[in-house]
Parts: sequence; C-alpha cells; structure tokens
Amino acid sequence: MSDRSFGFRTRALHAGTPPDGETGARALPLHLSTSFVFDSTEHAAELFALRTYGNIYSRIGNPTVAAFEEKLASLEGGLGAVATASGLAAQLCAVLALAQNGDHLVATANLYGGTITQFSVTLRRMGIETTFVPAGDLDALRGALRENTRAVFTETIGNPSGNVADLAAIAEIAHAAGVPLVVDNTFATPYLCRPIEHGADVVVHSATKFIGGHGTVLGGAIVESGRFPWGAGKHDLLATPSPGYHGLNFVETFGEYAFLTRARAEVLRDVGAAISPMNAWLLVQGLETLALRMPQHVANARAVATFLRGRDEVAWVSYGDLPDSPERTLAQRYLPLGAGAVFTFGLRGGREAGRAFIESLELWSHLANVGDAKSLVIHPASTTHQQLSDEELTAAGIGPDMIRLSVGLEDAEDLIWDLERGLAAAKRVAEVAK
Amino acid sequence: MILETAAERRALLDRSHTIAMVGASPNPTRPSYFVFSYLRTRGRVEIAPINPTITEIDGVRAYPSLAAYAAERGAPDIVDVFRRPQEAPQVAREAVAIGAKAIWFQYGVVNEEAIRIADEAGLDVVVDRCIKVETARFDGNLALGGINTGLLTAKRRAR
Repeated sequence: MSDRSFGFRTRALHAGTPPDGETGARALPLHLSTSFVFDSTEHAAELFALRTYGNIYSRIGNPTVAAFEEKLASLEGGLGAVATASGLAAQLCAVLALAQNGDHLVATANLYGGTITQFSVTLRRMGIETTFVPAGDLDALRGALRENTRAVFTETIGNPSGNVADLAAIAEIAHAAGVPLVVDNTFATPYLCRPIEHGADVVVHSATKFIGGHGTVLGGAIVESGRFPWGAGKHDLLATPSPGYHGLNFVETFGEYAFLTRARAEVLRDVGAAISPMNAWLLVQGLETLALRMPQHVANARAVATFLRGRDEVAWVSYGDLPDSPERTLAQRYLPLGAGAVFTFGLRGGREAGRAFIESLELWSHLANVGDAKSLVIHPASTTHQQLSDEELTAAGIGPDMIRLSVGLEDAEDLIWDLERGLAAAKRVAEVAK
Repeated sequence: MILETAAERRALLDRSHTIAMVGASPNPTRPSYFVFSYLRTRGRVEIAPINPTITEIDGVRAYPSLAAYAAERGAPDIVDVFRRPQEAPQVAREAVAIGAKAIWFQYGVVNEEAIRIADEAGLDVVVDRCIKVETARFDGNLALGGINTGLLTAKRRAR
C-alpha cells in the first residue's frame, strides 16, 4: 500500500471498492441479503454490542451499501458516511443524531420545500424547533442561535433560488456557538464543492440527484468530517450514557467516530430509513462517472442560462455563473468549477405563459426532480414548493413567474432549440392576454 | 521512530504478535474493553491486560505491571496505553525498561514527554490513534462500517 493522496477521479473509481476479498470480483458485488450469519454466539454478541465491525442486518449496514458510503466519504473528504433511503431520510437521521425534543435548529430560509416542511412541520411536532433566517444574512444567523441550538443547516446552492452559501462564514458563526454546520451538498456534489474543506462538519446528500445521475433510484447519505468536538458540552445525545446501548457514551467509546456510530447504530437502526443495496450499487456506478458528467452539466447550464438571459420573454435568470449574478463572488469562491446545473428564471406573461411554455417543450421533461442526465423543467410555486405559505415562498425566493431548470447532458443546441419553441408559445399566450 | 503514515502503522501491526494493554478495563462500556475484546476475539495477536486492580478479563489473565508481564512472557511487541496523558511518561519509561518494541498511545493519550522517552529509546511510537480502528482499517472490517479507510487498491486482499 502507498500513502499517496489520490485524485478525485481515481477515488471515484477505487475508494471503497477494492476487488472482492472472497471472489476477486472486480466490480462491486451486489449483496442482496437482508441478514448475515454469525461466526459464533460470541461473534454475534460482539456485533450487537458494537464491539466488532461487521454485518448483522441490512437495515443497519450492508457490504454493498458500505462501499457506496466509503466512496462518497472519500470524495467529500470525510471520516465516513451513513447511507439512507433518501435525501430527506439523511437529513432526518442527521438531525436526530444531534437533537431531541426541546432542542433548536437554525436554518437558512432558501431551502428545498420538502426540507422546510420537514423542519417546520414534522420536526416541530417532535419538539425540535427551527428558526429560519434569510439567506446571506449572517447577523440574523448569529442572532438566531440559542443556548439549546444543536446545529446550523444550509444548502451549498439553495433550491431553487440558487443562492450560494458563504460556508466558511456560516461555519465560523456556528462554531463560535459550539454547534456544527450541516450542509446539504446535493446541487453541488463533491465534484463542484466539498463543504468540509470550508468548515462544514456534516454533509448530507440526496444521492437521487447528480450522484445517481440517471433519475433511476432514491438514496441519501450523511458524511461527517470527524473534526467536530462532540464532547465539548452541547451534544448530550452523543456524550452522555445512551439507554439504547446499556449506558454507552458514544463520545467516550468511539472518539471521532461518535457521531457516525450513533447516526447508524441508534438513529438509522430505530428510524428504519435504510437504503436498498440495489440502490447503493447504482449510486456507486453514478459516482464512478460523476467527474465526467458534472463538467458537461455545467457547460450545458451555462449555454442555456446565457441563451435565456438574451431573450425578451425572460425577465431574469438566476445562475451563479452569469457575469452579473449577485451570487458570482460566492460562486467563484466555493464553486470554481461551476455553479451547478439547476437554476431558475422568470418568464414574462404570468401563470398562463408559464403553462404554455412548459407544455410546449418536447425535450425537457416536466417532472419534480433534478440531477437527471435528461433535462428537466418545473414550476416550483405550484409543485415542489406548493406546501409553503406565501411568507415562506417569499423567504425562499420563489415567485409565481419562476421556472426551474435542471440542465441535462443532451446537445446544448437541441436544448436551446426546444426552449426557443417554448418561449414562442409563451409569447403567443402573453400577447393574446393583452 | 514516530510512525506517521498508514503504511507504517500497517507494517507495525503486521509484524506484531504480542500486545500488553496498560489500563485495560473489564467494564463493558469502557473504550479499552471495546479494543481488548476486538483484538481478543479476532485472534491474530496475544493480548494481555496490565491492570493491578483485576486478575483477568474474559478469562485472559491480567498482570499487575509491565515488569510482571515481561518477567513471565518477555518483552511485548506493542505496549498499548489507555491511561491519562499525565501518566503516560511513567508508562513509557516502563515500556523502555522491559524492552518493548513499540508503544501505542490511544486517542487522547498525548504527552510530549512520553513520546520523547519512547522515541529516544528507539521504540516505534504511534500517537492519538486507536489500535482497534487501525487493525480494522487494514483487515477490511472498518470499511463495513462505511468509514473512509483511505485505502485504494486494485489488488485482492490477502485471505
């Protein structure tokens, strides 16, 4: 073995997926097995007590899933990872590893609608309260922190507003208050941004998006840096005896592995939001080509954003890579290889123009997802963010004219050809309305 | 020599067959018990608790001191240290005195004097690492926990 620091593409192919030790299989074996036999009763006892590593039951861990976890952790520069059934499951498990009834979170307001409702409805019902602060308002963030705050949550690139988080500044504020920064890195992927390098402590993903990359399977993951001082006094769930494990103190027993061990062995075990090994296997395939796909996603997104910006039918385009974008400075700092491939624009002509635009498109699929190899389009105010109140919509930066694009890997000129047809249809509707 | 790299730690573990664990506890919630139990049940090394307050852990005989261990079984390949940092220099002196080949300071057992004593006496020294985690990193078991082992290879693991 060598101590070389391998590059991103090499790790994408090799980290977590050495040849199979039993068979020599070069591709990752798909272990579709719910359970795993014990060597002996003593081995079983050691496994259940967390004293040895190994597999018991695929709700807690599975060799194929572990390969995905290690590969993603390597690409994010983390200590390790815990995979989950979806991105929302990853967030839930990350929060429940840190917070309980009576605790508090601070989050930026410009989040995915599903995240906002998970925090403001479901977690609130469980007694975990969230204060949302305007994206980019660091003073508001500082002011929202309380004695019982357990984490700060943000997205690298806000969905759908496209705000780029000032990760280093947010991390500094969180750390000054003794709490970790949790970052949803779904839109950037570790190819475009590695939040841990900028001070984040926990990274969560909806791997369903660019990591899988083909719109096939759901999956999520929690990655941890291994650097946060969990035993410093703010996280009793990790640093006091757990009734779930005979009085085990995760920080004392597992040191830097405390958070990951609790997230898996207690939270994922009890929540049950395990990922299928089949899905993990496909997500490994996705990670192998992430560094090839992302530059093309970005190149196409730049071409499409530039095209839209030059059109009269378009009121505004919000993409961090455009030269006059207010996000440009942060995008260049945190996303030097590109501000992702999901962005929004405003269509003149109101709701009817928007309907005509989306319905006249041939290549762009109208659906509620992002990060597919195929290009996708949606109207957030009536779909992904429909559950939000008007106030929440405004805070999340979502107006009724907003169209969200997830730019895929087709030929850019074909995507633009199709958008031209859509814009023409929108224009006809707008003119009839006049 | 202070071992800084994964390759050096792996080589140390590969060539070591006996480990004397100073501060091993029979309390099943203590970190030292987790490490002791993992190494014992894995079965590749002979591990012995060094703890004057106990006689055995899980049927493995404990010795009251490193000197008592060495008098009966010779110098261990590794002295693994689970003590408060301020007690580490004394453990280092005892490890040197019995001719141990290496000393391993567990998570948080960081004491510059202790490191210097062992290093100057020619012992291999590992600091602020867990011997269980490192053993599991190289035998493939750590990867089953979704941990980033840092190991990349296109070679099949030796069985």
